[in-house]
Amino acid sequence: MDELNSLFQGFAVAMTLPNLGFMLLGLVLGILIGVLPGLGGANGVAILLPLTFSMNPTSAIIMLSCIYWGALFGGAITSILFNIPGEPWSVATTFDGFPLAQQGRAAEALTAAFTSSFVGAFFAVLAITFLAPLLAKFALEFGPPEFFAVQMLTFCSFIGMSKDPPMKTLAAMMLGFALAAVGMDTVTGQLRMTFGYPELLKGFDFLIAVIGLFGIGEILLTMEEGLAFKGKSAKISFKVVWNTWRELLQYWRTFIRSVLIGCWMGITPGGATPASFMGYGMARRAAKDKESFGRGNVEGVVAPETAAHAAGTSALLPMLTLGIPGSPTAAVLLGGLLIWGLQPGPLLFVEQKDFVWGLIASMYLGNLVGLFVVLTTVPWWAAILRIPFPVIAPVIIVICAIGAYTVHSSIFDVIMMLVFGVLGYLFKKLRYPMAPLVLALVLGDMAESSFRQSMLLSQGDVGIFFGNWLVGGLMALAIFLLLVPAWGSFKDMLRRREASAHLG
Amino acid sequence: MSDQEQGAGLNRRIPEAGVAALLLAVGGIVIMDSLRVGIEWADDGPKAGYFPFFIGILLAFSAGWTLLLTLLGWSRETKLFSQWSELRDVAAMLVPTTVFIVAVPFLGLYVPGAVLIGYFMKRHGDFGWIATILTALCVPVTFFLIFERWFLVPLAKGPIEAWLGF
Amino acid sequence: MKLTKIAAAVGAIAALCIAPAAQAWEPTKPVEFVVPAGTGGGADQMARFIQGVVTKHKLMKQPIVVVNKSGGAGAEGFLEVKGSAGNPHKIIITLSNLFTTPLATAVPFNWRDLTPVAMLALDEFVLWVNAESPHKTAKDYVSAIKMGADNKFKMAGTGSKQEDQIITVLVEKAAGKKLTYVPFKGGGDVAVQLVGKHVDSTVNNPIEAEAHWRSGKLRALCVMDANPLPYKTKVTATQSWADIPTCKSAGIDAEYLMLRGIFMTPNATPDQVAFYVDLFKKMRELPEWKEFMEKGAFNQTFMSGKEYADWVAKAEAQHVALMKSAGFLAK
Repeated sequence: MDELNSLFQGFAVAMTLPNLGFMLLGLVLGILIGVLPGLGGANGVAILLPLTFSMNPTSAIIMLSCIYWGALFGGAITSILFNIPGEPWSVATTFDGFPLAQQGRAAEALTAAFTSSFVGAFFAVLAITFLAPLLAKFALEFGPPEFFAVQMLTFCSFIGMSKDPPMKTLAAMMLGFALAAVGMDTVTGQLRMTFGYPELLKGFDFLIAVIGLFGIGEILLTMEEGLAFKGKSAKISFKVVWNTWRELLQYWRTFIRSVLIGCWMGITPGGATPASFMGYGMARRAAKDKESFGRGNVEGVVAPETAAHAAGTSALLPMLTLGIPGSPTAAVLLGGLLIWGLQPGPLLFVEQKDFVWGLIASMYLGNLVGLFVVLTTVPWWAAILRIPFPVIAPVIIVICAIGAYTVHSSIFDVIMMLVFGVLGYLFKKLRYPMAPLVLALVLGDMAESSFRQSMLLSQGDVGIFFGNWLVGGLMALAIFLLLVPAWGSFKDMLRRREASAHLG
Repeated sequence: MSDQEQGAGLNRRIPEAGVAALLLAVGGIVIMDSLRVGIEWADDGPKAGYFPFFIGILLAFSAGWTLLLTLLGWSRETKLFSQWSELRDVAAMLVPTTVFIVAVPFLGLYVPGAVLIGYFMKRHGDFGWIATILTALCVPVTFFLIFERWFLVPLAKGPIEAWLGF
Repeated sequence: MKLTKIAAAVGAIAALCIAPAAQAWEPTKPVEFVVPAGTGGGADQMARFIQGVVTKHKLMKQPIVVVNKSGGAGAEGFLEVKGSAGNPHKIIITLSNLFTTPLATAVPFNWRDLTPVAMLALDEFVLWVNAESPHKTAKDYVSAIKMGADNKFKMAGTGSKQEDQIITVLVEKAAGKKLTYVPFKGGGDVAVQLVGKHVDSTVNNPIEAEAHWRSGKLRALCVMDANPLPYKTKVTATQSWADIPTCKSAGIDAEYLMLRGIFMTPNATPDQVAFYVDLFKKMRELPEWKEFMEKGAFNQTFMSGKEYADWVAKAEAQHVALMKSAGFLAK
């Protein structure tokens, strides 16, 4: 129980009063960053950095990492209230979170989201505490073919069973892939579909598309249905929190599944965004009432949030032990480590014991304090929906524009956001599904480079995807998941044919 | 949305065909550019255009299919996309938003933002002048303080901000 | 005694008078520090480190904000700086993509569009293999490549048609056989791929692989410089940076250094350039900077002014030649 001893020492380091204060400061800042699209962890670090030089490295990194927790919590807020994902990994939260808010259950959805975030992060920290060396070794098993298999699995877990017209689903997905391909091809360094416009060099950023499709598109739809948000009548009290907690207990299977998916995706490092999609997709597949997903099912909030946070948290492990950041915010923390002369890598756990265990202890505390902070603010957030629509609608548009601008400081992106907004409105009205488009946009680029890196490694032999038990198993699982809905609809067809034969 | 009211709104076939045609065009562009960078499967894996080529084909095919169905059923389509009154409401949002975004390159984000908020509160809400002007000014100033001063994120600024010395 | 006091007083007065003249310009707004690469890479690490030390020692009244603009192999960042003529609150740190991106993609920018400020350091390249690899020296490895078929050995690197692939071509020339070059997004990923044995070798910068080397997961075969590195402190149990032989001595005719330099927006005035040159000169004297340089085994050459511009022009010519012979130039 070497870890336990170290951990308790870590708690002793983290639990001082000033450290708790720094934690709170970092959390509040992080929540703000999560809420406002356009602010990232990097900005938070930039503000706090000057402050940190008067502290010891442990306090500093505790404060900076709390920005990270706060941002993870905060991302869910705008997704649920306004259908605007503040961070990429909150996209899947909008699918059921926003319908819940529209039904006047915003407080419930927020409570579910925050609690799930906490559970996901908590179990991921447990995994880091006790399995760090083992998990770090597991991460090393992942080369390009394995990455491709994971991306394939994410995709297969999510698609299928859609009620939308199949040709439109296909078109939406292909549009996502096409947009993902714009810009520089990482494998050959060639420019694709830029047609000489420098604005297109950087490609279509996922966040800009999502802010437009979901945020602006939703405002346009709301206008059509009358000048009001439907969630106005949200009842607001702390009782909701208790009631939601009791309800959440029945989703223990979803929690376990999403924690496992999240930890795995965080460590490999696949990232929090794919993890959230995979968590959502798997939950829908496993559920008895698949129809209720996308219409305001609490489980549809629990699944992606738990997975995203388990992934976001466990992503710190490869950063600490291998020096590869699993997310942009993790990368900023990595820069923070370097300034204090702490070189992330396999030896960090040996050479900087106090620091590492202080950080891990602060993960437990930071999350607990974070949960407390966000839960007490649930009524306030839900109350935002009571602001009259003529005030909140233009403010949301301005926030969306700021969010789109800050991604690359590019005005072109703001214009693209509007184009995506109109497209989102049209797509929703014409029953083109949005989820495959978004998923293709986020995974398309990664999946293509992993595939082509694998092909380079094997010199064009597709057999590399079944080369060892790990990649082979992942691919088999992906193909299985792809075939299940096809098999289901095939059976349905047979049954129908039989029925009609009997009739005839 | 009611299904049978002819004439009271925009027939669904028009936006349906429009979106499908747009996607078909995008598919065409993707295919063309893929041909430029090479669509073969070289001996060390697919070239840069290999995947985009198939993506373009599938996009063009699926969009073409929708377009074809819409055109074939052109005269039989009776469903409405939206009623005219609903579309007017959408335009009431879309037009000011477009004006706002067109103004951003020239005036920055803050001034058009304030104007948009003010316009909306006056046009669609029953707020007094004082409340409107206060809100319209406070929101951009808050954003300025949060983004530029606190988080050090420079947002797009125009001549008015430059004149004020920022 | 009295004399020294007077001298000191005169000196102080003189300093007061001269200082404003020499420092006619200083930033009045936060300075945007553009990194034309993703987060976590070598340039990004250096930029964030500079942000940290400059803030810590209050070398500047205004804060520095690091912005990553990695789109189109860095073209996004360079075009942004090129398009901000006359804005002195924007500087950019370079990688070799200053030369390689316009050559490989024909995106219209050139270092002459920007205002050169200073060379901070030169980044080294080391040929790495996994510690469990049978190849103990660079000679072993090259002869193994020679004996094997084309494309038998796999080299991982950052990006396509950039420094890592250029060096791979140099190694190929020495061995007379083709290597399979597999591009990844960042240097950190590349090092981990080698630790995980998914590829046979890499040409990571020292700082990207240092932690893995120190923990005994990687083996350094040779360094792509004319002379061995000067850092004599032991990093692993048996080796220091200085113990790594040069690649030339092992028969690989590869000498390649990467510029870590600073450029400003076009039309910057000499005053503005002088401010930044002075800032970086002060920064170089800090103990943290020296430690950072040693950890990353950098070549600590510092240049500014015409000397720097001449160096960049020479480096550009070298890149044109290298990329032409490798067939990487845009058609």
